[in-house]
Amino acid sequence: MSAPLIEVKNLQRYFGAAAKPVRAVDDVSFSIQPGETLGLVGESGSGKSTIGRTLLRLIDATSGQVLYRGEDLGTASSSRMRALRSKLQMIFQDPYASLNPKMRVKDILGEALQVHGLAKGKEAREARIAELLELVGLRAEHASRYPHEFSGGQRQRIGVARALAVEPEFIVADEPLSALDVSIQAQVVNLLCDLRDRLSLTMLFISHDLDVVEYLCDRVVVLYLGRVMEVAPTAELFAQPLHPYTQALLAASPKPDPEHKSERIALKGDIPSPVNPPSGCVFRTRCPHVIDACSVARPELRDMGKGRFKACIRDDIAGALPVAFVPAATLAAA
Amino acid sequence: MKEIDVNRLEVRHLSTFFDTDEGLIRSVADVSFSIRPGKTTALVGESGSGKSVTSLTLMRLLSRTASTQVSGEAMFTNRAGQTLDLLSLPEAGMRRIRGNEIAMIFQEPMTSLNPVFTVGEQIAESVRLHMGLDRKAALAHALRMLELVEIPAAAQRLHEYPHQLSGGMRQRVMIALAMACNPTLLIADEPTTALDVTIQAQILELMRRLQAETGMSILFITHNLGVVAHHADDVAVMYAGRIVEAAPVRELFAQPRHPYTQGLLACLPAQQRKRELASGQAGAKRRLYAIRGQVSSPLAPPPGCAFEPRCDLAIPSCRDAMPALLAAGPTRSARCIRVEETAVATVETV
Repeated sequence: MSAPLIEVKNLQRYFGAAAKPVRAVDDVSFSIQPGETLGLVGESGSGKSTIGRTLLRLIDATSGQVLYRGEDLGTASSSRMRALRSKLQMIFQDPYASLNPKMRVKDILGEALQVHGLAKGKEAREARIAELLELVGLRAEHASRYPHEFSGGQRQRIGVARALAVEPEFIVADEPLSALDVSIQAQVVNLLCDLRDRLSLTMLFISHDLDVVEYLCDRVVVLYLGRVMEVAPTAELFAQPLHPYTQALLAASPKPDPEHKSERIALKGDIPSPVNPPSGCVFRTRCPHVIDACSVARPELRDMGKGRFKACIRDDIAGALPVAFVPAATLAAA
Repeated sequence: MKEIDVNRLEVRHLSTFFDTDEGLIRSVADVSFSIRPGKTTALVGESGSGKSVTSLTLMRLLSRTASTQVSGEAMFTNRAGQTLDLLSLPEAGMRRIRGNEIAMIFQEPMTSLNPVFTVGEQIAESVRLHMGLDRKAALAHALRMLELVEIPAAAQRLHEYPHQLSGGMRQRVMIALAMACNPTLLIADEPTTALDVTIQAQILELMRRLQAETGMSILFITHNLGVVAHHADDVAVMYAGRIVEAAPVRELFAQPRHPYTQGLLACLPAQQRKRELASGQAGAKRRLYAIRGQVSSPLAPPPGCAFEPRCDLAIPSCRDAMPALLAAGPTRSARCIRVEETAVATVETV
């Protein structure tokens, strides 16, 4: 295996008072190989976005390291970080909030070029902006428009163009589809796929939509309450999830097919507060397989072979149908 | 509840136009559908397709300052078996129905609950109004409702405020509030969109159980085709304010007949995988099917079929006139002049 492009080691990010912190990200480690698309999935409050932002140092880590090609981003000076940002870019969730409404598209894209000293001179810059707009499926004449003149899908394309303007190696895409309609989502997924292949981008794809993650990602990290539950190659994870949380998450996501009756695992209760997480395994309060030992110690991420890791002390549940599986209620006769 | 064979709700030619400074916006145009007793009809569509305006029109909750023009009829059959037109009923009659015979739950449970009243007081309010219970009896009824929707420690939650509850709990409270007067029709407008997927599964399961126990009908408004596949009996697909296809759920997913429905299903990654497996090309990633372009502005609708500019099956005569909803089988219909051909030609093969 080659050297990873991005390495995250024991990353922690706490918010609020030191006495009673919100443990948004609690000891998360993973790495991303060059050219790989890594999916980061989890429900709200699982720390997905915080990890994405900490990776690009939009917020600082409480402890732990983020390495880019072996260089610690946490200790990089601000001028070094600014230079590095041309290699590390982000696509944001909300295409309405992430574009300055007072700037024309050419200024939004031009600012990124200017800051990094790319495409100097008026003509070179205009040519580059036109090239970028065409790259994301817009037209050169869109450059003089304002964000409000575009639809949601088109705005997300501008967000993608801005991230690509500085020729990055690595992109964090933080729920880039969730503000878009289904028919527009497919357009943006195709765009991301094409660009990734053409520009050999490495990507961290943050999403709660498991179907899109399965389609787009090579490997997946499953988060719950700021901790990693399971890491696995995409096909293996979706074919046979090992961690009870991943099993429940996959079962809860309804498939767009009335004939597909998945086994449902009804998870009881709500996600606990990250201010006061359960002892031991954070998932044990909702887990259908909980045993006494789960509350004793925090389960380490264990190597299960074939590039798979899980943070669960029980090995007797994977594969076999757990007792809490219930057959899907039969659909009311149509 | 008395068994009835007439439809619980029969909406005919419903139109809602908004008179704005920029011109007349046809949010909902000529919408007809029905909801059977004890069954769920889903209204599916993307943002701006008119699903929510349809439900607000039926409940007569559109703001009076919006200068709306509503036409058509909505024949509702109440508990006593009387059939009333919701759109022409006097306001007093409508007030007796709202929250009583027809209840509604909304997408965002935080903004639909009153932050300055306890959960119990809010449920009790509608019970006192519609069932004439006194304060004490109404609170006791509210407690039973919270227990019905499986809220843990209901006696304590009764005296808590909405901000003290999680998103899933708030949606349970909304459902308790809606169920308080034992409605015959529940209108659920994107009830799980703001919720996480494991919480969504809990809420959908709860709604399914309550429907089985009470025999109420549900109008389910959503954009999530996965939820529709498992929780609806009949489906109406909306595009640009009109129903473009209506069918029983299995028929719709097995063989969509309108090019928009076909495209909507084809662009889901899960359907893409199914096709790859079926064609023996698993592993070789194909591009997702994408519906090109975007919804046209409601101020400048295209001539003829609203979907024509984005449709792969469009022919010149599509631009002549808005197609009628044509029968595409004994139980289904589609608004497409090529409906006879769409049974074989789907957008996937074009």
